[in-house]
Amino acid sequence: MKRIIPTLFLLTFLLVSCAPVDLNAPLPTVVTDVDPDSWAQIPAGEFYFGQFDEVVTTDAYEIMITNVTTAQYAAFLNNALADGYVKVEDNKVVGYYPGDEFHGYKHEERIDAGDWMFLPLDDPSQRIKFDGTTFTAQAGYENHPMTSVTWFGGWGYCEYYDYRMPTEMEWEKAARGDDNRPFPWGDEIGHGNANYYASRDPFEDMSSYGSRTSPVGFYNGKTYDGFETIDSPSPYGLYDMAGNVWQWTGDVYEKMHYRFMRGGSKDTYEMDLRVWVRNNATPTYFSPGVGFRCVSDN
Amino acid sequence: MQFIKDRFNYLFNSTKGLILVAIAMIAVVAAVWGTLSGPMAEMGVSKVVIKLLGMDIVQAEREGRIVILYHSIAMAVIAIETYMITGLFKMKAMYKTFINGLITFGYILAMIFGLLFAYFGHSWIFHGLYIFGLSLIFMAGILLVIAIWPWNKEYYQPDKDYARSKSGVDIERVAVWATAVTTLISSLFGAIPGSYFGNGFTVFLAENTIRYPGKSVLQYSVIGHLHIMLALIAIMLTLIIGRWLNFKGILHKIAMPLMILGTIVLNLGVWGVVTPLQPTAHTIIYVGATPAMFAALLLLIWSWNKLIKDGTAHLKKPNFFQKLAALVRDPLKFGPTWQMLFMNFTTSFLGIFMAIRLDEIFRVWPAREERIELTGHWHALSAIIATIILLYYGDMIGLKGKVRQLYGWSILIFSDIALASVTVFEMKRLFITEAEQQPLVNFLMYAMDIGLGALLVILGALMVWRLTDLFKKNGRWTEEANHDISQEVNE
Repeated sequence: MKRIIPTLFLLTFLLVSCAPVDLNAPLPTVVTDVDPDSWAQIPAGEFYFGQFDEVVTTDAYEIMITNVTTAQYAAFLNNALADGYVKVEDNKVVGYYPGDEFHGYKHEERIDAGDWMFLPLDDPSQRIKFDGTTFTAQAGYENHPMTSVTWFGGWGYCEYYDYRMPTEMEWEKAARGDDNRPFPWGDEIGHGNANYYASRDPFEDMSSYGSRTSPVGFYNGKTYDGFETIDSPSPYGLYDMAGNVWQWTGDVYEKMHYRFMRGGSKDTYEMDLRVWVRNNATPTYFSPGVGFRCVSDN
Repeated sequence: MQFIKDRFNYLFNSTKGLILVAIAMIAVVAAVWGTLSGPMAEMGVSKVVIKLLGMDIVQAEREGRIVILYHSIAMAVIAIETYMITGLFKMKAMYKTFINGLITFGYILAMIFGLLFAYFGHSWIFHGLYIFGLSLIFMAGILLVIAIWPWNKEYYQPDKDYARSKSGVDIERVAVWATAVTTLISSLFGAIPGSYFGNGFTVFLAENTIRYPGKSVLQYSVIGHLHIMLALIAIMLTLIIGRWLNFKGILHKIAMPLMILGTIVLNLGVWGVVTPLQPTAHTIIYVGATPAMFAALLLLIWSWNKLIKDGTAHLKKPNFFQKLAALVRDPLKFGPTWQMLFMNFTTSFLGIFMAIRLDEIFRVWPAREERIELTGHWHALSAIIATIILLYYGDMIGLKGKVRQLYGWSILIFSDIALASVTVFEMKRLFITEAEQQPLVNFLMYAMDIGLGALLVILGALMVWRLTDLFKKNGRWTEEANHDISQEVNE
């Protein structure tokens, strides 16, 4: 009997561990009052770039206050589908990309001109739904960042509206301002600042589905159903520049096909939320932890 | 006064005492610094520890802190291996005293002042003492190379059961010497870029540079350094375990030249990463790793065969189960080579699989996933090295009977649970999506924490026992003070 009890305990534990995750578990509905259609003006000038505070200069540009939301992306897809800018093939939304120069460098892969996947429609964690004619945002996720979108999907969205994705430098300047702070809001990080791994926000349940995205602009100083947030914009007023979702940036570098992401996400520890931390993946990569925002030169 | 003098003599003037001090230092560092990351950080323990100890954690300096932290631990491990070599291999007493003295002073300086510099503000005096400590360890290494010079006729191998040249040169000693020499040279591959990147706080972790084309020579040097140093620590430990178990016979004669060949070629490959040979360096590394790993396999075959033979000597025709029982009857003798075998599943095979399917699988994932694999891979190898040392130490301090069984099997089972979990965690993206992974991640994290936590408890219990023993007038330490490990080589 003494031997059976630990074995049973272990088996139960294993079965619980292997239980399927409900990817559509109910989530709190939250209105943040942060407008995803608003933009911030970033002035031209110097700033501290990277972990080692290299002083570099950027031109002036505008950047979205929040990540592109699921609702914004659904609206884009409907317009783009009607315009023939995107099409649906094999449960994927695809669109044209003009390709990159190929240098034949070790590990480099060709990105030729042609149709590339913007987003998969059959991925279980996809929050955009398609009924054959219309795209809609999954109920409850309308004001959450658009995720499970490839780099091409981010690029296509920004291009469609005559915007573009920020370069890494532009992204970092917008996150950091003109001093050398490690986080958009300052030097320290706590559970009230951002959505990161095990940050105990109302959208996560580490015993089942783990971390989930929070609505854009969630960390604005409001208290939601007992969860107290700290107003955590960047010096230029941008929200979610640390945590929630990694953000694709627009740089295409020589000798590599990888695209870079910034900001850390709901799935990473605090260290990855430091403004200079880089992540990268192939441009066809998509994940429930990756989104994007746009910049404009106008 | 005599009370302190006797204990001090034991702790700093005997091989077993020196090893105990180094293990205790590592245990303390692991216990405190282990709270700063992972689940302990998730639970908020790290914040309490930082506040309690008054640590000065600057976000931009995390990478530098980590580099100093693992160098602090690695230096103590190098010291332990050095004590084992000076204890197991013949050398002049003067050399032994100088080497042990220098390396002890060196690693303690490096550990204490390195950690003070990294975690408690930036006193440049502390940094200087940290560098001075590292330099003393390097000096001890040079002395070791001189002390074990294999072509000194005093150290020729008279026994034909062991690997020896026609003239009698001890080939095992040559292998130890070659490993020590290449370790010294390879340390420069870290020291030179370290002095460049360390100046001005531009330190980086190698895993954060993956996928970037056009790395600088100094960046390649750091990457080569960290790989080869861990490999050399593992190779030296294999040689030490071989000596402790008294590896000999035909397999010894095959293994030792292979170990020398493997070590030298492996090093040439790694050094090649900073030369125009860089594109072919990986191939040279594979060529070098193969004979070295094959030599370790020969040690495993020999030692398991010996365990079985010794354990079934009283039986006329032992069956499979009797042989198996003989093989596993002593976890401290069986464990080190078992861990070497297990290492292949958790690190070597994984590394080879990654290298073969890099572009098709691993580089399709985001860099962060690849980084998890790399760090898991190094942590697993380091943990295996640590457990092998602890198993040997258990034998060294004369654990017997049930305590020996409990200690040995606990280390083996708990470490292997943790390491297997780490391996599955690293490779999880092969069979589960990000969105669906959390229950599996939870299970694996519990398994890792239980495994590693239990190991730390065992280590803690061992240290408490050794500490209380020191207060006894005729404690075990009195026996150990005058008993060197060369006297305990298996016969």
